[in-house]
Amino acid sequence: MKLLLKGGRIIDPSQNIDAEMDLLIENGKIAKMGRDLSASENNSTTVETLDLRNALIVPGLIDMHTHLREPGHEYKETIQTGSEAAVAGGFTSIACMPNTNPINDNRSVTDFILKQAGICNMANVYPIAAISKMSEGKVLSEFGDLKDAGAVAFSDDGNPVTNSRLMRNALEYAHPLDMTVISHCEVLDLSTGGTMNEGSVSTELGLQGIPNVAESIMVERDIALADYTNTSVHIAHVSTAESVRAIRAAKARGVHVTAETAPHYFTLTDEALREFSTNAKVYPPLRNMKDVESIKEGLKDGTIDVIASDHAPHSSIEKDVEFEYAASGINGLETSLSLSLKLVDDDILTFHQLIEKMSTNPARILKINKGTLTIGSDADLTIIDTQKSWTVNVNIFRSKSKNSPFQGWKLKGKAIMTIVGGEIKYKET
Amino acid sequence: MKLSSKDVLGIKDLSVDEINLILDTAESFLEVSTRKIKKVPTLRGKTIINFFFEASTRTRTSFEIAGKRLSADMVNISAATSSVVKGETLTDTARTLEAMNPDIIVIRHSAAGAPHMLARLVKQSIINAGDGAHEHPTQALLDMLTIKTEKGRIAGLKVVIAGDIAHSRVARSNILGLIEMGAQVTVCGPAMMIPRDIDKMGVSVSYRMNDAIKDADIIMMLRIQLERQADNPFPSDREYSNYFSLNSRNIKMAKPDVLVMHPGPINRGIEIAPDIADGVKSLILKQVTNGVAVRMALLYLLAGGA
Repeated sequence: MKLLLKGGRIIDPSQNIDAEMDLLIENGKIAKMGRDLSASENNSTTVETLDLRNALIVPGLIDMHTHLREPGHEYKETIQTGSEAAVAGGFTSIACMPNTNPINDNRSVTDFILKQAGICNMANVYPIAAISKMSEGKVLSEFGDLKDAGAVAFSDDGNPVTNSRLMRNALEYAHPLDMTVISHCEVLDLSTGGTMNEGSVSTELGLQGIPNVAESIMVERDIALADYTNTSVHIAHVSTAESVRAIRAAKARGVHVTAETAPHYFTLTDEALREFSTNAKVYPPLRNMKDVESIKEGLKDGTIDVIASDHAPHSSIEKDVEFEYAASGINGLETSLSLSLKLVDDDILTFHQLIEKMSTNPARILKINKGTLTIGSDADLTIIDTQKSWTVNVNIFRSKSKNSPFQGWKLKGKAIMTIVGGEIKYKET
Repeated sequence: MKLSSKDVLGIKDLSVDEINLILDTAESFLEVSTRKIKKVPTLRGKTIINFFFEASTRTRTSFEIAGKRLSADMVNISAATSSVVKGETLTDTARTLEAMNPDIIVIRHSAAGAPHMLARLVKQSIINAGDGAHEHPTQALLDMLTIKTEKGRIAGLKVVIAGDIAHSRVARSNILGLIEMGAQVTVCGPAMMIPRDIDKMGVSVSYRMNDAIKDADIIMMLRIQLERQADNPFPSDREYSNYFSLNSRNIKMAKPDVLVMHPGPINRGIEIAPDIADGVKSLILKQVTNGVAVRMALLYLLAGGA
């Protein structure tokens, strides 16, 4: 089975390609790229030809920060529904955080996730294992065994690693294993009790705030630890101007720090909470306009390497309650690409930079053999119609949960086809 | 004239005209409470549910008396006696109450925004009797009625609100209402009790009582909520009373005709000296009396005339 993609604009930052070319997929791999490839050259097997004029063809997008909720919280999401949501959102690969029940802190859970993902056969699913057993921040989990089982990184996401010595040990132990440690930065002494960003909106609403420094102080700590131990660290879901500044300065002096942000941090501010909208309740919280501008600057100048959705599905049971009692999290897989394409429309990023942040860089940070269209590599591709207008409707989300603050938003640009391993897993109808 | 919304959720949603309408209506109800037979038939046949998820004596009683003086049938539910203890969600409880067809639901809840959530869910009128540290509109309205009846006006007065501003819904509703009505508002308290960016609500901020109360027309003292000090630690009651209480010494900084208010319950000797609380400048009990009239006015404006 062969697939010939004709007439699209191919952008592959890994090879510095941006050209109108045809692309041939054979046996699940990228077989050929070039001008005016013709189906007739290939006389042996049938070739399906796709006319992709005016579309963008990019290496399959990678969302390196999702919560798939299985095992344990299958009423919110399963690996099946989560990976269906992924391909519908243009993602060929997703990494899933370990805060399931049980926590993915041992081989059996990692095995289970990979087995389920294999059965689903939609997106590639890469488990991220816990830094510490039960993500309690006390004892390291078995990094070596977890890596051998197929985990691609370590994180206690959802919880910070408060103990600085444990964090140091994690960085130093993971480094020779060539595994990335992903840090959820939150100083609990400053954040506990808070339900939204601290600022004029929290003051008016009478809600306890979470200050920017609750994040940035731990970002600074992790930078210092990575610097001191000559290891690397990846900062999850950056939301504040202070964190961007710290990461920028660290990179400038050569510290191996990478960082991600999520679309809601460059799209929304805490003004979205004025009506106590629980769908906009998220951790870290939506900040103010100054932070949004800093995040955009950080994306533009390369301080922030990755856009990841932090897809956090929650059911109405957690969200249709009083604001203070509602769970934090935004359902992101099916809106992430479109919200990010707006950065290109607004001249903050080029297409090249956007694809770096949504494919090339996450592949590099997770050290997975993806995010490229080099000949012979896996045929994971995302086809994007950058002009397509559509309206977000949570009721037709593939995700099991509907907790999006973007319901009803009119967005421009969308994945119209998602190809994983040479197979079309999603096609816009 | 009627109120524009079916609910009274916060001062934030009320226009100057609406506030004046409520205050004028309340003034006309003040007299009812002085009669020998303190009852008018205005809301006969109307059902009002007092739904309190948080302990309250004065506000709940004030609403109950207000409703009864208007001949409404009042039903009191507190969280301890409701299905909340059985784990029912606010949504389900709200729909259950709605199905019994009350005319007004008065709600107090420890979570900010709970009345707003209820108002979106049910067709009945919702009155916010205090939500978390967010708003307490009926308290601000009774405070404004008290200022207006005692001073003859609100516009142009210098009002100081002193105490734990961060945890106070009374402070927030009063700030919104008093500024809207043309007063000049200063908040005062130790730094950890002044929430970030409060100046953006249009108030001046002071961290020293003597500076704050200089030339004040009204000083509104807030209860120091000792039960909330776990997450907002202050060195001691002694330190508080030494530096942030209102007493016979520092009150001299204010205007000679200054009047003192407090939403109650007071902590004698902590935020307010007993001789000030009980003195001639104190409006504390007038506030309570006016509270009944303001709540009668709101119940009438929301359920009356139909």
